[in-house]
Amino acid sequence: MTEKRSNRRRKKDPGKEQKVPVKVREVHFDPETEPEDKKGRNTALGIVTYAFVCLFVVMIGYLVYLNIWKADALNSSSYNTKQDANEEKYIRGSIYSSDGQTLAYTNVSDDGTETRVYPYANVFAHVIGYSSNGKSGLESTSNSDLMTSHTSVLTQLREDAEEEKQMGDSVYTTLNTILQQTAYDALGSYNGAVIAMEPDTGKILAMVSKPDFDPNAIEEIWEQVVNDSSSSVLLNRATQGLYPPGSTFKILTTLAYIRENSTDYANFSFECEGTYEESGASIHCYNNKVHGTVDLKTAFAKSCNTAFASIGLGLENSSLADVCEEFLFNDSLPTSLQHSSSSFSLSSSASYGEIMQTAIGQGETLVTPLHMALITSTVANGGIMMRPYLLDYIEASDGTLVSKNSAVKYKRLMTTEEASVLNEYMEETVISGTATSLGWYDFTVAGKTGSAEYGADGNSGTHSWFVGYSSSDDVDLVVVVIAEDGGAGSDTAVPIASQVFQAYYNYVAD
Amino acid sequence: MTNLLYQVSKYLIIILMAFYTLQCYTVFRNKDDDSRQYLFLRQNMLMFFLHFAGYALIYLEYGDFEVILFYGAQVLYFVLTLVLFRVLYPLASRLLVNNMCMLLCIGFIMIGRLDYEECRRQFLIAVAATVLALLIPVIIRKLRFITKMYYVYTLLGIGMLGLVAVAARTTYGAKLSISIGGFTFQPSEFVKIIYVFAIAGLLTHARDFRRIAVATVLAAAHVLILVVSKDLGSAVIFFITYLVMLFIATKNPFYTLAGLLAGGAGGVGAYFLFSHVRVRVQAWRDPFSDYQQTGYQTAQALFSIAAGGWFGTGLFQGSPTAIPIVEQDMMFAAIAEELGAVFGICLILVCMSCFIMILNIGMQLTNRYYRLVAVGLGTTYAVQVFLTIGGTIKLIPLTGVTLPLVSYGGSSVLSTIIMFSIVQGLYMLRNDEEVIRDEKEAERFAEEQRRLYGPYGYPPQPDGGYYGPGGDMQQNSGYYGSGGNARQNSGYYGSGGNARRNGGYYGSGGNTQQNTGYRGMGKTSSGQASYYGPGEYPYDASYNDMPVDSDGNASKSRTSFFGKKRHKKS
Repeated sequence: MTEKRSNRRRKKDPGKEQKVPVKVREVHFDPETEPEDKKGRNTALGIVTYAFVCLFVVMIGYLVYLNIWKADALNSSSYNTKQDANEEKYIRGSIYSSDGQTLAYTNVSDDGTETRVYPYANVFAHVIGYSSNGKSGLESTSNSDLMTSHTSVLTQLREDAEEEKQMGDSVYTTLNTILQQTAYDALGSYNGAVIAMEPDTGKILAMVSKPDFDPNAIEEIWEQVVNDSSSSVLLNRATQGLYPPGSTFKILTTLAYIRENSTDYANFSFECEGTYEESGASIHCYNNKVHGTVDLKTAFAKSCNTAFASIGLGLENSSLADVCEEFLFNDSLPTSLQHSSSSFSLSSSASYGEIMQTAIGQGETLVTPLHMALITSTVANGGIMMRPYLLDYIEASDGTLVSKNSAVKYKRLMTTEEASVLNEYMEETVISGTATSLGWYDFTVAGKTGSAEYGADGNSGTHSWFVGYSSSDDVDLVVVVIAEDGGAGSDTAVPIASQVFQAYYNYVAD
Repeated sequence: MTNLLYQVSKYLIIILMAFYTLQCYTVFRNKDDDSRQYLFLRQNMLMFFLHFAGYALIYLEYGDFEVILFYGAQVLYFVLTLVLFRVLYPLASRLLVNNMCMLLCIGFIMIGRLDYEECRRQFLIAVAATVLALLIPVIIRKLRFITKMYYVYTLLGIGMLGLVAVAARTTYGAKLSISIGGFTFQPSEFVKIIYVFAIAGLLTHARDFRRIAVATVLAAAHVLILVVSKDLGSAVIFFITYLVMLFIATKNPFYTLAGLLAGGAGGVGAYFLFSHVRVRVQAWRDPFSDYQQTGYQTAQALFSIAAGGWFGTGLFQGSPTAIPIVEQDMMFAAIAEELGAVFGICLILVCMSCFIMILNIGMQLTNRYYRLVAVGLGTTYAVQVFLTIGGTIKLIPLTGVTLPLVSYGGSSVLSTIIMFSIVQGLYMLRNDEEVIRDEKEAERFAEEQRRLYGPYGYPPQPDGGYYGPGGDMQQNSGYYGSGGNARQNSGYYGSGGNARRNGGYYGSGGNTQQNTGYRGMGKTSSGQASYYGPGEYPYDASYNDMPVDSDGNASKSRTSFFGKKRHKKS
């Protein structure tokens, strides 16, 4: 290169060559050289560098996001077979109730065969789940906890040295065996679900779903339950069953009305004649009962359909939809439990009939029992919804506490005033309305019944609902009952709830 | 007890990687060149420790003596690569060489863990590629015309891709590779490189719209053939690379924005036109909707990443083999599972460091054409890393490209090593340019001095005479000037006692800080860009990487490989 440059110089300027003897330093400018100065030249390159550095940072950010927010869900995904690899290293941990009973454990026989045992068999079938032929319930969501060990380093060293299989961590649930057993027995032969939870903490104390199965025998009955699509035995109806809410929905209709008429809702008055007609569409009170002149409280307590149909027609177009959106319809609930999303739809072009049906909880609306339990808890808890949870704490086999859940507030969804008005109305339901059979105990109960009519594929009938809560010296319990084809709420669901409340105050609450 | 060993080594590997990564970035802060050299050496040590830890576990697992031999061969390979690059190319970027070795090292460990046979093949290809790579910087510097035959490259690239589209066998739904004489290779990996040269050539003079249009059409031809071959990953790499090069060449952000819009429209069009695009997008949006079929690979990768957590399960403690084609497309998921997310983040940062280095070299170059080549190669690298890691972690749809140097894949390793070597060649061109610039500067100054003081003037300070010696002059620009404590000596034969800067051709400085002379020798000079300059602690005056001349002996000239030839000529 140097030679080339000097040659060129020589040819161009031979005279100067003699004067300047060592003219090897002439610099040849490449014609392709950028004309600008270094700074301007590199601006575009700097932009490109920063753009790609941003992309790399986004990648790192997403990896961090995956690890912080997604890893648990992925680890406990029912598709995930990663933990199966741990089966050679760990014995699956046990699951306990809050009252110290064993709900699931692994029995290791002398020849090393492991069998998962569920002492309560059908009673906890859905909530605890099964762990072979796939996984469900807590066996699924806590899978990674059950299949890892957090014992002290010394214990691990010793077990490692002895080449022993390590014991997985134990999961302690918030479930109570007495309450669960009571709810299970009370629901009897009805299909449906019962949920009992603490409104101020979100702890779930009982969760029953029927039809049920024996998780001890899951492998034998697998073919049968999977092929039986009509009764969907494996479905946890408490969290995944979608039902028309019936009159229990009037809690939300009332709330929407109170919000829209915050000053004069108490002056509401309606003349119930058992039937209400508007533009050809008609609504009947249950069994065409005539309630006479009712105010809002009486309409609520007596579950007067005609009064609520007229309320529905009087509401602003989006009032009810706004309330439902706020209460997480068409959305997932704030919990890691596997659940279905409730649905609510009321278009702006809905007919009078549709509006009236929706206002009384029929229409297109579908809810899960868990969702109703959360709505009821929000009223019981003065307007604040707590995140529901089942998993109290995790403990390693040597007693080391691995992690503990605590009550976590989700959101305030209504003001204390709104909650206290609804509380008053729900108490009135027990005092003089549709749930008077709950009025005989040492604890006060507030609630709402529902008789949800359904009709699909030629089948029709009435589901029996009760949602409500007791309070006694600040010990509250929310109970939600749905009994499929149970008829009127007061006939079936209320007595079931009554047994759960009594068991709670007789044996559980202290 | 082995379990404990796995657990301990797991953290060790993460710590080593974290330190290595840190030093990739702290090196720029270090202005002192001795400590820079030390830092590069330290990076090498960290890599060898990490390599040892990885292979110790692989040996424990396989228990085969052959593993030890294989490990030894790899160590030898790394030592030779590091030493040869340093000896043959003292001006090469050591950070880039270090990173290349580190990425290969991680690849050897992970592929060795996943599939020992494949690792052996990967190693042989890496060795062959490195031998080839050592020649490339010479070619770049000596045979510049080779790099400028861009019309040939355009035709060659389109021809090769076209051949693949017509003749290739279909693997995993895409036409990627052709077999010749028992060797299967993936032409798009190589076309990627000549494509960059082709586009750089087309765009160097692209000052008017017509030329830009020609370049765009030719680039689009490449991309379209790739889309038809269903090689979507490569199509995206080619497309983005073109847009970036266009932006650099024209400095017109509207072309790039228009290109991005067109690309977006094209992407939407492809989504509706091609079912394989729809399948990929669907698997990305919800891998669980078709878990057993199209979503399986992504879902398994996510399970792997989740199972690994921050610190990984430890080598051999996870089950990354559950992911289909893990050692190629999904290497990052395997790494995240067994070595952990922290290691994964470090890996991303090391890749980013490579990219920044390549672009940095581009910034130093003044030649338009080579600038474009550097930017183009850097972009192909960065886009490929983004596509493969982003696809693995489900940030973007999976396109099935390899993680350069880490994933298993002969063509990929070969082309990436070649690419890094080309960049090294450019880096050395950059250093050539710098020498020329320094000379030019000195010359300009000398001219001025001559103009001011005449050719033989003896002004005490500064001295611009042809043979001017100066006692304590600040500046000596004479042709044979020597300065006792000259601050700057730009003479042809200038020597400075304590000269801070000596730009003479045969300058020697007692304590010269910087010597850009052709035969400069500085006893304690800390800057030494001379081709034959021996100095006790010399280094070159360039930006961040510098040749180290361990030779402090003044009687022996430095054995710069290409400098020697160059000297003979001049």
